[in-house]
Amino acid sequence: MASLKDLRGRINSVKSTRKITQAMKMVAAAKLRRAQAQAEAARPYAERMEKILASLGSAVAGMPDAPRMLVGTGADKVHLLVVVTADRGLAGPFNTQVGRLARARVRALEAEGKTVKILTVGRKGASFLKREFASRLVSEVSYANKKRVGFEDAEAVALTIAEMLDQGAFDVCSLLYNRFRNVISQIPTEQRLIPAPLPEGGVVAGPGPQALYEYEPTEEEILATLLPRNLAIQLYRAILESAAGEHGARMNAMDNATRNAGEMINKLTLNYNRTRQANITRELIEIISGAEAV
Amino acid sequence: MATFLLELVSPEKLLLSRQVEMATIPAIEGEMGVLAGHAPMIVALKGGVIRVRENGAETEKLFVAGGFAEVSGERVTILADEVTPLAQLSRAGSERKLVEAEATLAAVATTDAPEKRDAALLRVLSAKLAVDVAEAA
Repeated sequence: MASLKDLRGRINSVKSTRKITQAMKMVAAAKLRRAQAQAEAARPYAERMEKILASLGSAVAGMPDAPRMLVGTGADKVHLLVVVTADRGLAGPFNTQVGRLARARVRALEAEGKTVKILTVGRKGASFLKREFASRLVSEVSYANKKRVGFEDAEAVALTIAEMLDQGAFDVCSLLYNRFRNVISQIPTEQRLIPAPLPEGGVVAGPGPQALYEYEPTEEEILATLLPRNLAIQLYRAILESAAGEHGARMNAMDNATRNAGEMINKLTLNYNRTRQANITRELIEIISGAEAV
Repeated sequence: MATFLLELVSPEKLLLSRQVEMATIPAIEGEMGVLAGHAPMIVALKGGVIRVRENGAETEKLFVAGGFAEVSGERVTILADEVTPLAQLSRAGSERKLVEAEATLAAVATTDAPEKRDAALLRVLSAKLAVDVAEAA
């Protein structure tokens, strides 16, 4: 049996662990609120953008020289996966979840004989995928040393993707990230970026109500600026959702850790008291039997 | 006077959503005043000032660096890149931004992709415009 001193040491160390996890939970809760507000604030823009894109896209999609970002390159050989994760760990299954989804996608695509390229946003995803798919990794972005991720950051990533598209470096681009459903559940999601998915209603409606719009300048010109922005917006939204999800997941993980530490302390304290009592009893017996012997 | 719903959104937040009488929008081919019942349009914006009229008086002036606007009969949605109320636009601040933008443009090598150069150039132009507007205000 462990000595009393050992037990005391363990109790103290678990206590300080509990303090740390509790503090981390508190911090995550505070950050979650901010991240959630930011994610919600970004939503209206993305929604309106989608609407405009739907009415424009269906007008232009049928044309032979439609922009690549809308209709893709026509081929389906090289896939680019943009994987958005957190920069920090200790958030439960948050990062592994996306990592696992990405791994499954890469394997599935390669089994079909397609080439896969990976672009990671966030350090954790990069280190996860590097282990297995280091040769497919084309670029990694991290916001670890940034306090707040702004729209410009998403724009920079979008620019990289646009550049790769221009060079014909890939045919299809999808985004993998944790969608924030609520504080306790984040859903790893895949979303196609290029070719841009048009809402079904827009395509079916065809030249119906959309034809009413006048465009200034022309549809093509608006689309040429709208599409890169849409790409950036989608990325921005994914990054924000993922940030909110990260804090939610961390809050949960730390809540569990705090509770487990509490349980552990109780068990150890019980053990400690039993050992202490056993020691006292033993000493008493020794004294009594010593006195009897005399 | 008839009103319509004006919505002004930037990627970071929803800035304005209320009934107004008239909005003046800096469209790419010239300023454009929009009243209720305007023909449906989708326009690209060049940098400039959005002016809002409510109850017969001009109530808001906002500087935008660029973006898009969707006009339909009862609603105008402006998707702006960057929005600053004119009152908050300081000359010193926008000049600093201009210097930054010019530095990025200079840093972008000619060997880089044209998109990168365009984006940097666009930033310089919009910063220049912000300086001009701040000066005039």
